[in-house]
Amino acid sequence: MLLPEPPLLEVRRLSTNFETEEGTFKAVEDLSFELQTGESLGLVGESGCGKTTAMLSLLRLLPAAGRIVSGEIRLAGQNLLELDEAQMRQVRWRQISMVFQGAMNAFNPVRTIGHQIGEALVLHAMAPSLDAARPRVIELLEMVGIPGSRETLYPHQCSGGMRQRAMIAMALACGPQLIIADEPTTALDVMIQAQILELLEGLQANLGLSIIFVTHDLSIVAEVCHRVLVMYGGVLAEYCDVDTIFNNARHPYTRRLLAAFPDLSRPTGRLISIPGHPPRLNDLPPGCRFAARCPLAFEPCFAEQPSPRLLEAGHWISCHLDRGEVA
Amino acid sequence: MMPADPGPSASSRQADLILKVENLTKVFPVSRGILGALRRQPQQWVHAVDGVSFQLGRGEILALVGESGCGKTTTALTLMGLEKSDGGRICFNGQDVTHLGERRRRAATPSMAAVDGQDYRREPSVSPDLTVKRMRRQMQMVFQDPYESLNPRTTVFETVAEPLQVHGLAGTRAEMVKAVCQSLTDAGLNPPEAFLDRRPHELSGGQRQRVVIASALVLEPSLLIADEPVSMLDVSIRAEILNLLDALRRERGISILCITHDLGTAAYFTDRIAVMYLGRIVEIGPTRAVLAAPKHPYTQALLSVIPVPNPRLRRQRTILHGETPNPVSLPTGCRFHPRCPQAIEDCRLTDPRLEPLQPGWQVACIRVP
Amino acid sequence: MTPRLQRWRQSLKAGWKLLTQNRMGLVGVIMLGSVIGMAVFAPWIAPYDPNETSMVTIDDIYAEPSREHIMGTDDGGKDVFSSFVYGARVSLVVGFTAAMISMIIGGTIGLTAGFLGGRIGNFLMRLTDIFLVIPDLPLMIVIVAILGPSLWNIILVIGFLGWTGTARIVRAQSLSVKERQFVTRARAIGAGNFYILRRHIFPLVLPLMVTNTVLVISLSILDESTLSFLGLGDPTTLSWGGMINYAFTRGAISAGAWWAIVAPGLGIVWVVLACTLVGNALEEVFNPRLKTHHLQGESKMIPHRGLAEPVVTDDHVVA
Repeated sequence: MLLPEPPLLEVRRLSTNFETEEGTFKAVEDLSFELQTGESLGLVGESGCGKTTAMLSLLRLLPAAGRIVSGEIRLAGQNLLELDEAQMRQVRWRQISMVFQGAMNAFNPVRTIGHQIGEALVLHAMAPSLDAARPRVIELLEMVGIPGSRETLYPHQCSGGMRQRAMIAMALACGPQLIIADEPTTALDVMIQAQILELLEGLQANLGLSIIFVTHDLSIVAEVCHRVLVMYGGVLAEYCDVDTIFNNARHPYTRRLLAAFPDLSRPTGRLISIPGHPPRLNDLPPGCRFAARCPLAFEPCFAEQPSPRLLEAGHWISCHLDRGEVA
Repeated sequence: MMPADPGPSASSRQADLILKVENLTKVFPVSRGILGALRRQPQQWVHAVDGVSFQLGRGEILALVGESGCGKTTTALTLMGLEKSDGGRICFNGQDVTHLGERRRRAATPSMAAVDGQDYRREPSVSPDLTVKRMRRQMQMVFQDPYESLNPRTTVFETVAEPLQVHGLAGTRAEMVKAVCQSLTDAGLNPPEAFLDRRPHELSGGQRQRVVIASALVLEPSLLIADEPVSMLDVSIRAEILNLLDALRRERGISILCITHDLGTAAYFTDRIAVMYLGRIVEIGPTRAVLAAPKHPYTQALLSVIPVPNPRLRRQRTILHGETPNPVSLPTGCRFHPRCPQAIEDCRLTDPRLEPLQPGWQVACIRVP
Repeated sequence: MTPRLQRWRQSLKAGWKLLTQNRMGLVGVIMLGSVIGMAVFAPWIAPYDPNETSMVTIDDIYAEPSREHIMGTDDGGKDVFSSFVYGARVSLVVGFTAAMISMIIGGTIGLTAGFLGGRIGNFLMRLTDIFLVIPDLPLMIVIVAILGPSLWNIILVIGFLGWTGTARIVRAQSLSVKERQFVTRARAIGAGNFYILRRHIFPLVLPLMVTNTVLVISLSILDESTLSFLGLGDPTTLSWGGMINYAFTRGAISAGAWWAIVAPGLGIVWVVLACTLVGNALEEVFNPRLKTHHLQGESKMIPHRGLAEPVVTDDHVVA
């Protein structure tokens, strides 16, 4: 994809493994994508498909058993995998930050939310002390729609929606260019979900943020994302812009996933389900990871894992059925 | 409000109803602590369910939808008898089961609703043999979390046979195995023999939920209450379970009360839908019609913000401000008026009741003609 | 054997295996086993019958350990080793029995308080608090002094005062199990309270109770030893505590007869240590594992040697 300015984030052939007693889990294999400034990418997949691992790899926050075995992660041209820990700490939160899954429940219950957001500022040397950080904390809270006076509230005094907003405020503390939102609305009611999505869209417009939405819910992606990457079993299944995904998806998994989501605009459609379950990542079959559940699988599918190929401009797919040009 | 009913016996319409709920109320006391009690602070109540009325016909599927805290799960628990109701009436299969106790012939206990001056003595139509335990044979429940609904130490066979044992219907072991296998097959687990000795951690989420459904089916109930049956399952297997529930209705005539926060699930397989807000039903009617053209402002707002998986359909979203207020201190008048985009002055003063719009479709809003 | 019993047996076997795989557990089991074996086979192990009266000369009193008396003799010229071996019986019997009583009382109170909750639960917990607050040992001394120092009195007193810890743990666990969805489901099916207690709550509370009881055994043995040491032991039997008591009061220290004190003292330490090791190992075995909702199941992560830094070489492959 050629654009006048280089992309903010470029991930090339990222592979991450987990070493455990039960073998090597290939959590992410050969993942590539790009993100422009001010763009939002939806990373979609079901539980266990590797999307959170991929994001933790971006931030290099993997648990002790995780290893990034190959690939490149370029943020504004610089390869993050070549940095040492001290340099990486300058990148985390200042250039890329993350709203973790279930983070709204991860607040320290004995400190006020203002204190915790202030902590983030102090730790990253954005303010010399908690008192000095207060004005910025109030500014951040106002930015996410919480009145500044609420900074003295404790987490248990705040509702789920408010805590999620506070988490977003914490992620914005150091003015990053890229935010990763991991399942930001999963546990929230549909109305609060709409509020949070509206907030994120507004922040994107006002601050020029790039956002990666990690979610299992395709419909959210249709609302707020420009491009979509569908993952299955640790690999890229399909990667294209949002309109194409919903109206011209080509990968069998994507198509079946779409057909499994109820669409209120077409209520008489029949929902399908995908029988079976994803493969165990330490015991992978030799061919395509979706072959066992794919209704269109034929011989090559069981022999060789298809690598991502460019089908048409900006549309990548890993499938033997669609033989596009090799990347 | 409701079409007038001559009485619990007689009318054929009544015979078609498996469940009739009138003005159901359930409150929970807000804990005051010792100091609060000593200082005589007024006891506050959480009005979890505040006057819910609906009907469910035989072989019908009704969806009870609403956001968290609206009282839908409490309604289900009260219907099942797992919580004692504080007012209103529940008629199951034509019998008033509101004040059933575990022991037979229990006198009606005074409750908060007695303040209204109504008389809740047991009706003569209630069979003296009907206890909560027997009623539960006819009314079964499926729960939300397939991982937590099963005791990790029990096998599938024990789980599905449990209802038979509890109700003393277990015969010989061979008979039990037969009944269990039949239920497992009905719930879509084939071959059933392969599953009998498995423990929950050996099953996937969808399989566990099927086991729970099988254990609900083994007593051959006429009503199934499903509390968020698919919300904790992966999207790609939700359809299986919903299709199963639909098949149970078609093949066995089981009525289903499906509680969910997901309008998409409700749209898929339910006949009627009831939307709850802060303990009341604000709109109830045929699912397709309500979702195509909702009349209550809350329903309209909910539908407008549900993400639709089609980016070409950008529509006007009515995002309500703030959060659902606390069910302890309810707003005056219409409980939705503080957030309602169509509220007028009168909304602060009148608490609207469910008024019929068309046959079978009721809305509680003074702005709807 | 019904399938349920079969599965209980399987669980026991599996639990035993886990316990002995744990190093602490293995050591503790061996230690405990050796003492129990010694107590059971006392008549064969002890070279002399401690009840036999024999003529003693002055040389026999507090005689040093020798080939005839490997642990020396006590103030009455009796073989310390034989008393030691038979003394194990008393200590163990009192310890185990009292712990059983504590377990039954504590388990019942805990289950009732946790399951029923409400006013009954509150009342039972306040009762437990009262028993916790009362200093055990002075109360035991008073009661035994009043009732008379028979073996049964001692067992009952220790048992009736040692249940508080068990009650608290069992109550906490019952409370948490009671709230779980499978209990609600059982109620929805129509199960009554007793059924739920028996089928769902008790099996999940039992491992905790067993673990706690093992630790209570060690405390009971200590209590019994203390009471005997203070002279409140049953005069007709000789426990380890009693041996130490006699040694103290009959001039073993001034006679320099360390063997009369060290042997029973070490015995007490040995048993208490064994019980503690087994109890700790059991805690590790029964530790409720983290719930796993992932299809991949639970697997232990091997910590990567060194830092979690990626190693990127030219050909993008890491050895």
